[in-house]
Amino acid sequence: MSMSVAQRGRWLGLALVCASLLLVPLGTAVGSVGLENLWPALFSEHTEPASRAMAWQIVWDIRLPRTLGAWCAGALLGLAGAVAQGLFRNPLADPYLLGSASGASLGVALALALMGGGAGMVAGSKGVIASLIFSGHWLVRLGLTGAAFAGAVLAVLLTLALARGVQHTLRLLLAGVIVGVVLGAFTSLILLLSPDSLQAMQAFLLGSTGFVGWTSCLLMAGVWLLCLLAAWALSRVLDGLALGESTAHSLGLPLAPLRAALVAVLALATGTAVAQTGLIAFVGLAAPHLVRAVVKVPHGRLMGLASLMGAVLLAAADLLARGLIAPQELPVGVLTAVLGGGYLLWLMRRRTGAGGLL
Amino acid sequence: MVSFVNSAPEKIAISADEISASIGKSSILHGITLHLAAGRWTSIVGPNGAGKSTLLRALVGLMPCSGSVQLLGRPLAQWPRGDRARALSWLGQNEGAADDLTVYDVAMLGRLPHQPWLSPPSGADHAAVEQALRATQAWDWRHRPLGQLSGGERQRVLLARLLAVQAQVLLMDEPLANLDPPHQADWLLLVRALVAQGKTVVSVLHEVSLALQADDMVVLADGRLLHHGACHAQGTHAALEQVFDHRIHVRQLEGMWMALPRLQAP
Repeated sequence: MSMSVAQRGRWLGLALVCASLLLVPLGTAVGSVGLENLWPALFSEHTEPASRAMAWQIVWDIRLPRTLGAWCAGALLGLAGAVAQGLFRNPLADPYLLGSASGASLGVALALALMGGGAGMVAGSKGVIASLIFSGHWLVRLGLTGAAFAGAVLAVLLTLALARGVQHTLRLLLAGVIVGVVLGAFTSLILLLSPDSLQAMQAFLLGSTGFVGWTSCLLMAGVWLLCLLAAWALSRVLDGLALGESTAHSLGLPLAPLRAALVAVLALATGTAVAQTGLIAFVGLAAPHLVRAVVKVPHGRLMGLASLMGAVLLAAADLLARGLIAPQELPVGVLTAVLGGGYLLWLMRRRTGAGGLL
Repeated sequence: MVSFVNSAPEKIAISADEISASIGKSSILHGITLHLAAGRWTSIVGPNGAGKSTLLRALVGLMPCSGSVQLLGRPLAQWPRGDRARALSWLGQNEGAADDLTVYDVAMLGRLPHQPWLSPPSGADHAAVEQALRATQAWDWRHRPLGQLSGGERQRVLLARLLAVQAQVLLMDEPLANLDPPHQADWLLLVRALVAQGKTVVSVLHEVSLALQADDMVVLADGRLLHHGACHAQGTHAALEQVFDHRIHVRQLEGMWMALPRLQAP
């Protein structure tokens, strides 16, 4: 090994920042209206003011917040994944483990059913036009986002209540699984009773970055910074926990309040991401793994790197989702699931080949 | 035979008064009363399931138990968390993986009780970590992740983590697990050096011959204290032979007490 761990970590961080700086402008260029049409409209002398305004709107009001939103949601999920894997001391833990995903789904299903279905997110299939129309329905958006967030937080609280606190990691995991199954059943029941909301629900379940505006973008960025700071401050606890519960205790760490704080970070980061972009699969699971495949770092640095990795993953997936079959659009959650699942499969084959599991 | 005859007013590092503990519905420890002398090495032995590890965990406060435990003359529960962590360090058995941390980072975790929240390690912290890693001959791999080490190498790093705390009292559960004979001998020398510095060492060891190298021995059977005495005392040897169904006999070889297997039951 020629490079020290700290150096490798720094290089990876730098590479991810560069990738982000590349992806964000690219994100404004890909979609149903390509850059070759947008660019002249924005900067040519001969463009009519109306079409210039239109082009400006596409870039500034739709694509830029969407790309940055994908980046922020990815950062939140990557961070939540790193926290979850450290907290549960399990490399297969993902941010949705505490029931937040199923809670958010139930919240959205309820809201859709109450609003009479169809009003909210119509799948990205209608592309820019649909998002132009529907992003205008801020009340509907707010209702769905609020319902998703409230559902996620309530589900985590339910999990905590069932597990009787955060003391027992295994009990917490089991409670999360149970809450997931039960709330999932309720969601299915609601959808069965109000089939009109099925299509909009589908968009939520697949995850979509198509409706992220500036407000949600800023919200996610703020929550991410807050969670990153908190997770970094708590990272030594995760390092201590990696040595085992009894060692962490003997080192004088007040485990119960610190665990509660970590669960709060996990719930806030996941709930915020899910509320804005739906259930995006695998980013939270894969981002910390990808970082660890390159460099082994203590949790303090893992938090930042996993955030950046998640952000780059989701921003790239969002770009692909828009670009692959343009002017049509793929749901970004489908892409992350296929890519993330493929990556994990490859990782598993490589590791089992080397004589170990994940 | 009464132990500590020569050194009348012994200072006590850890004392347990009538402690009982149970896991689920089965009780593991039954009213154990013990006074472990400061500045000495005590080893705890007994057959499988005698409650050795449970006793050790109860002494650190990891195991809820009835009765009372005192550390350096003060009830364990009354110690502020940080003070306790600086006074008493603990090495568990089959602990977590921590595969991603480097050897140096793992040893540095031993300094957590000395560091204010969020502040970077001080010069004293770095010095303590280096000293600890050198003491267990793990300094050369300080940049390697723990996950790349063998079982024995790992154990030496975890030992260094324990040493880095620089606590007055050290409790170790099977510290020799996975160590090869040269490193077992190194560990014996290390413990002797710690005791010479006035520290108190308490270890659970399943290897009776190694346990006999300690100053004192606690013999447990079925969650009860069978014997507590000096390792060279005849009473201790008799208790040992009794607790292991007379399938061992304790003999002196080249000035060291050894437990040899007795192949036929007497």
